Amino acid sequence: MTPTLSGRMQSRFVLLLIVGVPLTLVLGAVLPRPTATTTLSDMYEVFFAALVLVGVVGIVWELIYHGLQQFRWEKDWPTIFGLVTGIPEGIVVYLLLDRGFPWEFGDVPISLFLQMFILVWIAIWLIANGPLQIFFPRWRYQGGRFI
Amino acid sequence: MQQQPTEVVSPRHDPPPTGGSGDVSDALMAKPTWSDHDLIGHGIPIYDVPFVTVGGGLGSFAMVDILRVAGVSAEHMVALSDLDQPSETYEHLAKNSQIPSHERLRSDSGSVLDCLWGWPGYALREAIADRNPKRAWQVMTEPILAEYFTPKAGQVYESVTREANRIGWSSMVKKGVVRTVRRREGGEYFVLFTPATGTAATKRIAYRCRYVHIAVGYPGVKFLPDLQAYRDKYQDYAKVLNAYEPHLHAYEEMLRRPTTVLVRGSGIVASRVLQRIIDDRDNTGAQTTIVHLFRSYPDGYQGDKRTFRRPARNGWSYQAFNYPKSAWGGQIRYTLEKLEGQERSDYIDQLGGTNTAPRKDWQEQLDRGLEQGFYKQLRGTVKTVEPTADGRQVNTVVTTPDGYELGIEADFIIDATGLEASIEEHRVLKDLLSYGGADKNPKGRLNVDHDFLVRGTESGAGRLYASGSITLGGYYAGVDSFLGLQYASLRIADAMAAEGFCKKIGPLRSAAQWTRWARNKTP
Repeated sequence: MTPTLSGRMQSRFVLLLIVGVPLTLVLGAVLPRPTATTTLSDMYEVFFAALVLVGVVGIVWELIYHGLQQFRWEKDWPTIFGLVTGIPEGIVVYLLLDRGFPWEFGDVPISLFLQMFILVWIAIWLIANGPLQIFFPRWRYQGGRFI
Repeated sequence: MQQQPTEVVSPRHDPPPTGGSGDVSDALMAKPTWSDHDLIGHGIPIYDVPFVTVGGGLGSFAMVDILRVAGVSAEHMVALSDLDQPSETYEHLAKNSQIPSHERLRSDSGSVLDCLWGWPGYALREAIADRNPKRAWQVMTEPILAEYFTPKAGQVYESVTREANRIGWSSMVKKGVVRTVRRREGGEYFVLFTPATGTAATKRIAYRCRYVHIAVGYPGVKFLPDLQAYRDKYQDYAKVLNAYEPHLHAYEEMLRRPTTVLVRGSGIVASRVLQRIIDDRDNTGAQTTIVHLFRSYPDGYQGDKRTFRRPARNGWSYQAFNYPKSAWGGQIRYTLEKLEGQERSDYIDQLGGTNTAPRKDWQEQLDRGLEQGFYKQLRGTVKTVEPTADGRQVNTVVTTPDGYELGIEADFIIDATGLEASIEEHRVLKDLLSYGGADKNPKGRLNVDHDFLVRGTESGAGRLYASGSITLGGYYAGVDSFLGLQYASLRIADAMAAEGFCKKIGPLRSAAQWTRWARNKTP
């Protein structure tokens, strides 16, 4: 990909919305619940908080990535970068959730978080690297911008 | 569907004279704008079609493909061409520059000419066809853990042929040669066409159309001036060769006896030529010595800013494609779009210029050649090129940077600089510049706007567009590439959609058309 800064932000939010949200709805329902008393709404509360954090904290991440991209002659962002940046991003989101940000959830089991985060991250990454263009053929020419 | 010439009866003029020759006259050619009566008077039949693309190669194909996806029927488009297949000229040039069908091009996985959506790309298709995930892994990890995936030339040709069949390409092609494009009195254009012998009753026919798209590719290749002078003076076409022209006899000769080859140029084609020669040394025991002459010799980084420099080594300047990737659709594209005139031209030179792909197999061959002495590098400028006394070789006298003169006696000189002829070499373009209102940009190519409209050529509601190498120097760097041809076509189609000629390709149409593409159904 060859994102511009605005394209990065737009892509992040659009993909979270069109891929992240529906997938999270499914995952909340199908992933095993940590305790017998955990309700569906408990699951969604944590998962959607994670999704919102990926979006909001992502603004800072994108600024950092954009800065790093300036040191690349091609001004590109190799496909694999889009995958491995999930590691630092996942860690930060988990730490925030675990420290009661944006609000207190009680204990967030790390295995549950990992299942959700990894699945959503990989789904977004896969869709961004091809199938998205079935609907948005200009996206790749516009540095990831939709508008 | 057989088209019938339109009978034109103009309310503003007397009935047209009849009995014309079916050919143009000097008087007609001297008139910048033609009326319907002018052509009728010459006995030239007029056919009405809204859209004509001139060229019939990959540029025309990319344009028509996108217009088909945008809802234009095949009957409303004509591709004027002397080619049997859209990939014919490309294939010819690729073969000459030592890229047969099984070799890989310098193009990325997503630059799929047959598929506007870019997905699935060539890498995924190859992985599926071979039932081997290696290529899919390569494209996911390029260029960090693997080199860039690049498609085999044959894969590109096959996919273009499949798509050409899907969109009804052959029904749109009219075989022959375009003579000129002229503005029509009252708006629109005439495309004057010489149909292939025996396909029409008159020598010329004319298409009257609202839209003209010109994609005629390279006007021609050019030799370095000193080599051209040598060829002209000594009429020696066997020893001084251009890498873009057929020159297989040289490689055959290299297999027969030990030879010395002087290679000039340090771009992608020079890399190919060197690979071919060294492959022949490695595989069939050829005893060829290569002398590689560099005019400039970059080593280290090109560019002094940490955020704007590219690697160079041993005289070669390296980047994966002919421009940085983001020139096609990222930061650099947007930067370039804002520049004008000479500043834009200079920026394109910084992004492009002479460069080649950093392929490990090539670097290994060259490093080994330098070490073993069969590949020698030389810096300098050419002073003279003359036959040796016995006439069997060509002697090139080079002035080195420290002022010495060196003579290099070679059995062959291969010019791989890829100099391009001026656009006036092409008759249609020359005519557009003389009569059509077109002018040139600072790179000497057609001056087009952001939507690839050729500036100055508007004719009432008529619009004339161009894409491909003839528009280099405009607001988009990678015009002469698969992705660039698709980008230009998309921009043009969007501009035409805004004028109501075709449908805008929005998300729903796009997805519906992609599923038709995937099932190989007509658009």
